Amino acid sequence: MSTPVLDVRGLAFAYPDGHQALFGVDLHVHRGERVALLGPNGAGKTTLVLHLNGILTAGKGSVAVSGLPVAKRHLQEIRRRVGIVFQDPDDQLFLGTVRQDVAFGPANLGLRGTALERRVMDALDRVGMADFADRPPHHLSYGQRRRVAVATVLAMEPEVLVLDEPSSNLDPASRRELAEILRSLDVTVLMVTHDLPYALELCPRSVVLSHGVVVADRSTFDVLTDEALMAAHRLELPWGFDPRRIDSLPG
Amino acid sequence: MGTGHAHRSHVPGERPRGDSPVHRAPAHLKVLALLGFMLVVVATPREAYPVFALEAAVLLGVIAVSRVPLRHLLPRMVVEVPFVVFAVLMPFIAHGPRTDVLGVSVSEPGLVAGLALLVKGSIGVLASLTLAATTHPQDLLRGLQRLRTPDLLVQIMGFMIRYLQVVTAELGRMMTALRSRGCDPRSPRHWPVLARSLGALFIRSYERGERVHLAMLSRGYDGKLPT
Repeated sequence: MSTPVLDVRGLAFAYPDGHQALFGVDLHVHRGERVALLGPNGAGKTTLVLHLNGILTAGKGSVAVSGLPVAKRHLQEIRRRVGIVFQDPDDQLFLGTVRQDVAFGPANLGLRGTALERRVMDALDRVGMADFADRPPHHLSYGQRRRVAVATVLAMEPEVLVLDEPSSNLDPASRRELAEILRSLDVTVLMVTHDLPYALELCPRSVVLSHGVVVADRSTFDVLTDEALMAAHRLELPWGFDPRRIDSLPG
Repeated sequence: MGTGHAHRSHVPGERPRGDSPVHRAPAHLKVLALLGFMLVVVATPREAYPVFALEAAVLLGVIAVSRVPLRHLLPRMVVEVPFVVFAVLMPFIAHGPRTDVLGVSVSEPGLVAGLALLVKGSIGVLASLTLAATTHPQDLLRGLQRLRTPDLLVQIMGFMIRYLQVVTAELGRMMTALRSRGCDPRSPRHWPVLARSLGALFIRSYERGERVHLAMLSRGYDGKLPT
């Protein structure tokens, strides 16, 4: 078996105030997979995500990205390999123009000149925002800002794209457009979400985190149709949504 | 959502309208010119009225060339009001020989100092507003960078320009929510509530700052912004 892109073993973490968020989490994500990370509020999803690129340091256990352990001396390379798109695009987009913002990551990696420019326009192309390169981010709609936020990370050519609540606050059309973009990307994806139909649509596999441990790791369809599991971990499908009645899922 | 603040013309970060030699001049030269001009104005002796007239004429000349309407500049001069109040009070509270102006006895040195403060202040504010009206904030930042302003200061200013609108929009939403629950933020009776919501806004902005920093670290930020 190949080296997993994300290899989390026995990860435990307590915040400095003593609150323990993770109690031994195991998670393996292989190249090309799209995995949903599900769980109720306060389950530790964000804490787990912040370990993947070394913002938080494991209290116990280990995290490795394509075989490279997340440790201080590798942080630069780890942060290139793991691209995190945060929930609020206003947290991610902070420069004067879309172009500058997308260039921020690759420039930190040392790219300059035409190579940088090509990387920026390529990333914007992939999210359909190339025409907006010279606009200030705050003039864009929320859905457009979310797409630019994805581009800022794609521009670093990450091995895994980690999305925190990608569909939150999007109108249905923007939500669908983002799904199409994510499906068109040839990249490994870990998606934290409460939007269960979105998880079913995009991610063949789901991992359920609850009270700091992984309680399920199966196909998304199996998770969403396991009523006992769902009820035990405060997961609920939107009213009227039944995964069993969906004939086929988009590829 | 989120687009309501995009079309106000006076928010910082908005591209200044108009095109003139003053608009097109490199930002760092404009900053230097403003700085030099202000040094001269501040250094002008209090009673050298012809020099003040000349300085005002130069400034008005630049404004005329830039074709920024006074309609745009004058309302923004309200930032000067606290100084005006102080300048107007000076003749009444200062000591020294008295003189009569329109039948009111005032302090002569106070009158001279107040007048000089008023003139220098007005010229300074008007000159700064002209720079602001003819220079895009992003160009101003790049200009300051070229002038070797410490990088950290330029970064902080950049963040201020970017997030002023986010925070203002957030404040606007909080005020709307307050009004929807029957609170009138303008009435002194509700000032305690207003103070608490400003406190909440401060905390939220602080937390946003932390999230922005995390997002920057995640993209390999190491203390320097790429130019």
